[in-house]
Amino acid sequence: MSEIADSAELTVGQTLRRGFQLSPEMARGLTITLALAVVAAAGRVVVPLTIQTVIDDGILSEHGPQAGVVARTLLVAALAMLSAAACSALVNIRLVRRTEAGLATLRVKAFRHVHDLATLTQNTERRGSLVSRVTNDVDTISMFVQWGGIMLLVASLQIVVSTVIMTFFSWQLTLVVWAAYVPLWLIVRNGQRPVSRRFAQVRERVGHMLGTISEAVVGAETVSAYGIQRRTAGRIEAAVEETRVVQGRALVLVSTIFSAGTLMVNLALAIVIVVGAWLGVAGNISAGQVVAFLFLVQLFGGPVQMATEVLNEMQNALAGWRRVIAVVDAPIEVADAADASDSPRGSAAVSFRDVRFSYPDGPEVLHGISFDLPARSKVAVVGETGSGKTTVAKLVTRLIDPSSGQVLLDGADLRELTLASLRHRVVLVPQEGFLFAGTILDNAAYGLRGERSASEAEALVQAAFETLGLADWLADLPQGLLTEVGQRGEALSAGERQLVAIARAYLAEPDLLVLDEATSAVDPATEVRIARALDSLTTGRSTITIAHRLSTAEASDLVMVIDQGNLCEFGPHHELVGAGGVYSKMHAAWVAQTR
Amino acid sequence: MTSTSSTNIALAGSRVRRGLQLLWRGMRSTPLVYAFAIGGSAIFGALTVVVSRLVGWATSDVVAPAIAGDDTARGRIWWAGLVLAGAALLLAFGVWGRRVGATWGVVNISALHRRRLAQAYLRLPISWHRAHPAGTLLAHASADTDAATGVFNPLPFALGVVVMLLVAATMLLMMDPWLALAAMIIVPLTIVANLIFQRHMSPAVMRAQALRGEVSDVAHESFEAALLVKSLGTAQVEEERFALKADALRAAGARVGAVRALFDPVIEILPQLGTLTVLAVGAWRAHVGAIDAGDVVTAGFLLTIMSVPVRSFGWVLGELPRSLIGYERIATVVDNPTQLTPGTAVLPASEVGLSAEFAGVRLDVPGPDGDVTLLDDVTLAVSPGQTIAVVGATGSGKTTLVSLLARLVDPTEGSVTLDGVDTRELAAGQIPSQVAYVAQSTFIFEDTVRANVTLTEDTESHFTDEQVWAALGLARVDHVVRSLPEGLDAPLGERGSNLSGGQRQRLAIARALIRRPRLLILDDATSAVDPRVETAILQGFASTSTTVVMVAYRMSSVALADVVVHLEGGRVVAVGTHDELLSTDPGYREIATAYEAETQRRTALLDGGAVTEAEQEGDA
Repeated sequence: MSEIADSAELTVGQTLRRGFQLSPEMARGLTITLALAVVAAAGRVVVPLTIQTVIDDGILSEHGPQAGVVARTLLVAALAMLSAAACSALVNIRLVRRTEAGLATLRVKAFRHVHDLATLTQNTERRGSLVSRVTNDVDTISMFVQWGGIMLLVASLQIVVSTVIMTFFSWQLTLVVWAAYVPLWLIVRNGQRPVSRRFAQVRERVGHMLGTISEAVVGAETVSAYGIQRRTAGRIEAAVEETRVVQGRALVLVSTIFSAGTLMVNLALAIVIVVGAWLGVAGNISAGQVVAFLFLVQLFGGPVQMATEVLNEMQNALAGWRRVIAVVDAPIEVADAADASDSPRGSAAVSFRDVRFSYPDGPEVLHGISFDLPARSKVAVVGETGSGKTTVAKLVTRLIDPSSGQVLLDGADLRELTLASLRHRVVLVPQEGFLFAGTILDNAAYGLRGERSASEAEALVQAAFETLGLADWLADLPQGLLTEVGQRGEALSAGERQLVAIARAYLAEPDLLVLDEATSAVDPATEVRIARALDSLTTGRSTITIAHRLSTAEASDLVMVIDQGNLCEFGPHHELVGAGGVYSKMHAAWVAQTR
Repeated sequence: MTSTSSTNIALAGSRVRRGLQLLWRGMRSTPLVYAFAIGGSAIFGALTVVVSRLVGWATSDVVAPAIAGDDTARGRIWWAGLVLAGAALLLAFGVWGRRVGATWGVVNISALHRRRLAQAYLRLPISWHRAHPAGTLLAHASADTDAATGVFNPLPFALGVVVMLLVAATMLLMMDPWLALAAMIIVPLTIVANLIFQRHMSPAVMRAQALRGEVSDVAHESFEAALLVKSLGTAQVEEERFALKADALRAAGARVGAVRALFDPVIEILPQLGTLTVLAVGAWRAHVGAIDAGDVVTAGFLLTIMSVPVRSFGWVLGELPRSLIGYERIATVVDNPTQLTPGTAVLPASEVGLSAEFAGVRLDVPGPDGDVTLLDDVTLAVSPGQTIAVVGATGSGKTTLVSLLARLVDPTEGSVTLDGVDTRELAAGQIPSQVAYVAQSTFIFEDTVRANVTLTEDTESHFTDEQVWAALGLARVDHVVRSLPEGLDAPLGERGSNLSGGQRQRLAIARALIRRPRLLILDDATSAVDPRVETAILQGFASTSTTVVMVAYRMSSVALADVVVHLEGGRVVAVGTHDELLSTDPGYREIATAYEAETQRRTALLDGGAVTEAEQEGDA
């Protein structure tokens, strides 16, 4: 069994590469967007330059203020600014569109992958936390990709351009400025790992917090009935507080690194003044050049600060990204083989060939089971608690694969069949049928295969309820098929949920049914209905029932007795009952009980 | 525990007013942090001006004369560097304070929203929870909280530079009123742009946030249904269902982004245009001789250094609509007045079972076509120590009837009393201390076996392990726990995923029994339990004088009851002993006969003799 990792162990580059690979929309048209971004960034430099020109050549001109020069320059500047603004609007729109498209794709991929994971893997993670991976964690990414990525590229470009210009003025001072930024570079570089770690903690804590809240919300009835609001509130409080502290700490670190950047930008000014003055005294540079250089240092410092900010924001996005990638890259243990073929429809025969199974890190629960179930036969699997009979059901439905041996459907190893065709032919009806919020019609029609029009689906569902002998039950409901079942079907009783689940399984038209017999008591009228509906459902199909009642075994064609992971008896009820084995004892105990 | 949450948090008034309220209340909720943040921001604002002045001073008074050969100036080079370095340090400190303050502000306000939401979720009654999907409730605590606090990130920056703006405005005004006017022209323009922006942004954001909730709903429900999806092979159907919502969210997000994409450059360009206007007007005023050229230079410089701080206002304005929507979505939940307000009465402790009485109880719930009556004119008395069985067809109101006793819901008309006290008058915690309710579907917490039985934190638990084992024993689930390697400390998966349905149910019964309640309510809670065990449990209670009210299906349990109540369509049709009802109530006879017909199927369950359960590795 694999687990969904808290976070994928990927470097920055790997995360970005994998991220873009999963959301190919984000890379589309990026070159044009980048070009536009460069134009927009260039526009931003226009303002200080115009001010400089207007002041130097227009207002401070030797011949007094020059109206013409001022007007011309201002007009040019205004035009440049407007085009830059237009470009930046365009860049924003392009980025937003592509990012949203890319992230929607990522969301859907992660969502789908959760369903493709083995049930055991799914159960290692809380539902609330899984939800946060396809909602919150994805949202975290959008901030960075919508502006951060572009900012980083533009900032790098600005850094290069200002370095070139600075070198042109004085290579010595340029070296000094770069040297002054070495400590900042070290801080940012060494800060990335802790920043990344803290953001990963934040994402993890947020997931945990949502899991805790989800428990209080789904278990609201229990919380209320036992008056344990205070304890539940305490748990949520602890989770909220942990999130607050972890989030605060992560951001304080980020703030500190950013402030270090601000410090360096301004310290660089002090250094340039001191070194520039000494260089000037030594005759290497003029006073005018020092002044011009100070202006350039500020132009250089802005993007440097921006870059540190973006790098930190990037770590936040990466933390979210890694959590989503961890889901998408969690290995699917039960998957289609490369050369899998579709299983043809028809009556289903099942065989086990020396099947062994052990749970990961657990003892073996099935010790080499072999049997053949003829097509259209009804088999009851009985056995004590923990004997391994549920494992048999999971193997037949391929929720798990055997550790060794083979499970065959019509002679073909399940692992050689496509899962889609297998799930069409083999349907498991769990003990407690889950219903979606919606109408009875929606829930029953959920079993239908292929595209159906609404009216066609309704006719099929109606017919199914009639065939299953449930028309009278349906007629008694105030809204009939359109009765709302509520969250998780809670507006219906347990028995009624079973009825809908049976209709749903019927509409799925499986060749082989695997029933985990429900043990809940329901009112007698519903009980009769369930029994009748199950009879219609199983007619003409191969059926394997994990039986909890001896009466079910009695009514089956074959009984399979599993004892401590071994198939100890297998045959018709009337043969086994007198054979003097485990089944005989069970039956005797039952008969004694019913007296 | 809920009476304190009576003040509403919703914002009122025009959009501007609500925006200001949002900001003010947020800051007031964590005042020290904001004092620190705004202080830092003010230091930053002041030092930004100081540093630029110092650079001007250093170049003109130190560097230039030093290079020109002035020896005293040369001597001051180090001094100039040190002064600048000091200013840089102070400036960086200001930035740090501002950023750290903003950070703690945002996380504190987020935590506040989450706490309020949690309180509301715990306070709101079951009927409310049934109408609100879990995914949306989670989205309130994540996406909506993030939205509601987004505006607080740039807020200290914007507020701190107010001082800077005032200084600049005064300086301009003192120079020349025309120059000041030219600079101020951007203020009305910004307001107009912002109004247009808000008008387009608010509906777009509202839709996006609602869709975030819906995406979360689909994901939550679908993941809860994981086993069904797998067993029917409908992952593709689920993917399409989710993709539909994800795509709607994409479109809504793109729409929000597009509005923002147009607004941001406008807000950014306005101060720049202001600068150009100031230069143009400045040039004209200098030309006519009203001001000198140096003033224009100062004005231009002033506007340049202020361009980034002024942009922080744009950030605040840009985030505000989203924050308002997020906040309002949270406020709708927090302010929801629906609650079962507790009273002040106290039930005295007693060894005798509770008496209970329904007097003319009617219960209506809102339905799609007007109110639906679940219970009508129910009058019923339960004496201390009695065992009452509630019998009736599905939908006859059994669950509703018994849930009134635990006050999960209040009657629309009439009253429900416990030991003569109306349930609505009982103080908080009174009912759970004497009444134990075991619901139809059991809920298991992701915690240890012990905590699931005691429902207290280990540190404050007043239950001993012996008591836990005794309760587990009474519920006949002790052998299951004993077989777990960690025993009472064994962790149970989310929703008890590593237990079978029957085991979960028996654990829930142990949870009720350990409390030694005076009234035990079993809502079909022993359905998966072997009849003999059920009988043993019930007989155990018969000897302890606990009052028991149970929704029952098995005649073996019904036969144990002192009184049987037959419900039909929300009304009590008959009350009496099993035998009485058999002879006088034809409807009851029908139910009982239907049971007899099922006896063969139902009597005994196979597993493990005494108890029923799927295997331990169970229904994953």
